[in-house]
Amino acid sequence: MIQMQHFLMMSAVIFVLGIYTVVTRKNVLGILLGTELVLNAAALNIVIFGFYGNQTIESSIYALFVIVLAAAEAAVALAVGLTLYQNFKTIDTTETRELKG
Amino acid sequence: MMTPMQDLAFAALSGIVIAAGCLIAFSRNLVYSAFALLGAFVGVAGYFVLLGADFVAVIQLLVYIGGIMVLYLFAVLMTSGIGDVTLTNRSIATKASAPLCIVLIILLGKLIYTTEWYVAAEPTEIAPTTAAIGNALLTEYLLPFELASVLLLGTLVGTVALARRGVKVIKKS
Amino acid sequence: MHFFLENIWVIPLAPLIGFLINGLGCFLRLPYVKSRKFVHFVACTAIFVAFVFAVGVFFDLLGMDPAHRSFTKTLYPWISIGSLEANVAFLADPLSAVMMLIITGVGFLIHVYSIGYMHEDPGFARFFTYLNLFCFAMLLLVMGDNIFMLFIGWEGVGLCSYLLIGFWYEHKPNAVAGMKAFIVNRIGDFAFLIGLFLLFWFLYQQGHPTVAFSGIQENVHLLEGAKVGGISLLALVGILLFIGATGKSAQIPLYVWLPDAMAGPTPVSALIHAATMVTAGIYMIGRLNFVYSLAPEALVVVATVGALTALFAATIGFAQNDIKKVLAYSTVSQLGYMFLGMGTGAYTAGIFHLMTHAFFKACLFLGSGSVILGMHHEQDMRRMGGLKKYMPVTYMTFLLATIAIAGIFPFAGFFSKDEILWKTFESGGHQYWYYVLWGMGVLGAMGTAFYMFRAVAMTFFGKLGERAHEIAPNEVEEDEHGPHQHEHHTPHESPKSMTFALVVLAILSVVGGLVGIPYALGHFFHIPNFFEEWLAPVFAGAHGEGHGAHHDVPVIEYMLMVFSVAIALATSALAVYIYTKRKDLPARFVTRFPRLHRLVHEKYYVDEIYQVLVVNNLLRINQLLALFDQKVVDGFVNFAGTVVRFSSKVAGFTDNRWVDGFVNLVGNSISFAGASLRKAQTGLVQNYLYIAVAGVIALMIWRLL
Repeated sequence: MIQMQHFLMMSAVIFVLGIYTVVTRKNVLGILLGTELVLNAAALNIVIFGFYGNQTIESSIYALFVIVLAAAEAAVALAVGLTLYQNFKTIDTTETRELKG
Repeated sequence: MMTPMQDLAFAALSGIVIAAGCLIAFSRNLVYSAFALLGAFVGVAGYFVLLGADFVAVIQLLVYIGGIMVLYLFAVLMTSGIGDVTLTNRSIATKASAPLCIVLIILLGKLIYTTEWYVAAEPTEIAPTTAAIGNALLTEYLLPFELASVLLLGTLVGTVALARRGVKVIKKS
Repeated sequence: MHFFLENIWVIPLAPLIGFLINGLGCFLRLPYVKSRKFVHFVACTAIFVAFVFAVGVFFDLLGMDPAHRSFTKTLYPWISIGSLEANVAFLADPLSAVMMLIITGVGFLIHVYSIGYMHEDPGFARFFTYLNLFCFAMLLLVMGDNIFMLFIGWEGVGLCSYLLIGFWYEHKPNAVAGMKAFIVNRIGDFAFLIGLFLLFWFLYQQGHPTVAFSGIQENVHLLEGAKVGGISLLALVGILLFIGATGKSAQIPLYVWLPDAMAGPTPVSALIHAATMVTAGIYMIGRLNFVYSLAPEALVVVATVGALTALFAATIGFAQNDIKKVLAYSTVSQLGYMFLGMGTGAYTAGIFHLMTHAFFKACLFLGSGSVILGMHHEQDMRRMGGLKKYMPVTYMTFLLATIAIAGIFPFAGFFSKDEILWKTFESGGHQYWYYVLWGMGVLGAMGTAFYMFRAVAMTFFGKLGERAHEIAPNEVEEDEHGPHQHEHHTPHESPKSMTFALVVLAILSVVGGLVGIPYALGHFFHIPNFFEEWLAPVFAGAHGEGHGAHHDVPVIEYMLMVFSVAIALATSALAVYIYTKRKDLPARFVTRFPRLHRLVHEKYYVDEIYQVLVVNNLLRINQLLALFDQKVVDGFVNFAGTVVRFSSKVAGFTDNRWVDGFVNLVGNSISFAGASLRKAQTGLVQNYLYIAVAGVIALMIWRLL
């Protein structure tokens, strides 16, 4: 029997995997992949609570906004990443530490 | 009430999601990670379907897989060069992070299984949500909706502004 | 139905729109801000619309049943966390209606005045932008129906005050004065916030978590008898909130910023630092009168500080030569009276004085601005004199306002000040301490009459520049634009836009008091005390408000009235006599008591004492903290490394044979720890996230296990 807790647990697993990715990756793109996982886990959580809670479509709308924000974030972050690459010829966070480009 | 069929689907989706997540988190190859993200997104989209959020699931597929994923793949290929796609060494504090994350998931699990969640009623049937979402977005949530579009416009302009520098470099050389 | 009440949101919105139009123009350098006509048209229209609506609200309220004259317009829920509910809602009741009328009415006049005063200033548009923003924040402060909105407005007016004091920021002392005002206010705000939190927390514990005024009023009696550390909770809350008020309303000990705030343009001094913002503290006490009425200890503190400030600031006024400084100390002193009235429990009298003070002090400040402009940016009264001839309108209005502030019958100041003094005297019947406060109040009133007529005599009587020789050659001359070269021009009368505001305010200072004729005088002619009846629903239940007890007027009330008018007349006449006929007397006094004069002239050295006691110590603590950061925090990492090196060296040296393995283990683990610690300083984003996650885990462990 699948219950709310199982869904929540899966969301937690995705979240922790995302956090782990963000913390350990050297590559900027890797870090961004991690943030996408974290955001997706958040959206999933919202939908879960909406489904088991009041059964309104509000949860869907919030999840939609999470997706919109994720899209915006990805576009900007990737543009930053590309600029970073043009300046440093690498996107390794351990090497791109100078603040002055 | 979940039917056995749905239970089975949940198990399968969980397998996909965990496998993909692990690939993202642990793979040494960035390209694998990027493709695994696709698996994770599909899995979560499946969850959305199970949870009665059909519209969100479709949007998840369209936006994430159609848009964001492609963007990522482009970025991966553009920055690393096709030749050396294997560089994605994890580095920092793997030994320190792993226990941290394990503790975190244990605590989250404890939280999830010990809290008495508010469950309104066991959901029985799942109705399509698209029409209701459309109504809500253009009435009650009109302001956030418009703000989101302004945000996207800002993103567009900002991204172009960032990328413009690259164009100039190309022109000079 | 009640059109204006339903649309009460227009009142704060109009100045906000004016602010946005002019502000965006300034910010984006749009062409329309170059047109001064457009800029002042927008700003004045905005505030005028607000004024019209405020008048409408007043009449709507007038049409309601007196017992239920309160209306809350909820726009939308603003904060809703757990049991905390705060709405963006506007409260219209007699008290806020009075404040709205003062702010928009006096505000509109000052806007009009500023058209003439700021005419040549390059920051014309910026000035009106700030003025509109100020009106918006002040209106939020007085119209909010909960403490949060009051606090937002409270901070907003503080910001505008800072911006406008430092308006001519190119000149450093002005910018410093702005910062001083901001920082001194922060000290008060700190206490204010703690007071709010305490109040909310204890209401929450009683099961009534609310920030709305009506909710607090209903439930505050539950807190009676509650104690925090042996002190009555309500007294503590009252005193903490009052400390906040001392910052905003310039009372001892936090009044030091107000005299310096005169560095701002004169209309700002009139609007913010005399008529409206500095009265926020009085409004706050009036709004929370139900809290104070349950905390007599806090009321005594309020009354005592008020009386002390009234007297203390009045004495400083004797020895100031800068016309705006005289008015600034006069403001501090008058605010002291208002707090004295509040502290006596005579809230109506305090608010009444707030209103009349807004009229005559705004008139005085605008008059001084007119003088300053007429004298080509000269603020030293010793260079003035004889201006009666050159600036007749300014002279007449200034004189009328001075008579009003001196408390001479039947001008506005008489009614309000006498009301406060009488209520204080009356309270002496219950508590003898109030007799002392009354004495201080009377002395302060004498002082007020004296220094104000001194200012009039020095500025308008005699001959132009006859006192210039009194200025010591080494005195640095500064005005709001910074040090300047003295040139000789003939003084001239100010433009129409300025004299219009002056005349209106002067008329108000003459007749403004008639709305609150005390029963003792009014019952001969059957004129009711309209003001008291108007505010009665707000202050219902407050003690010290003698409702229905108007049947026999004690003879002593008449005696005190006659007495106070007599002393006001006498000291006024004395001041005029000394400063026109016996001009040698002040100089003689100075040579006779040089130390006393110096002490008063240098404002009792309060600024210097604060510098030594507070500022220097704070700087020292800052240095200590910096040292701590350098030596201890940075040293810790180095120390870890050193300890590891040292210990492993010693260990390896002595026991490297038989405890080798153990020592290595210790050494390795510590060096591992050291290496991990060092990594905390890498500057990598991921490390910060790592620490954040660790923090989350720590929190979860604390809450879950």
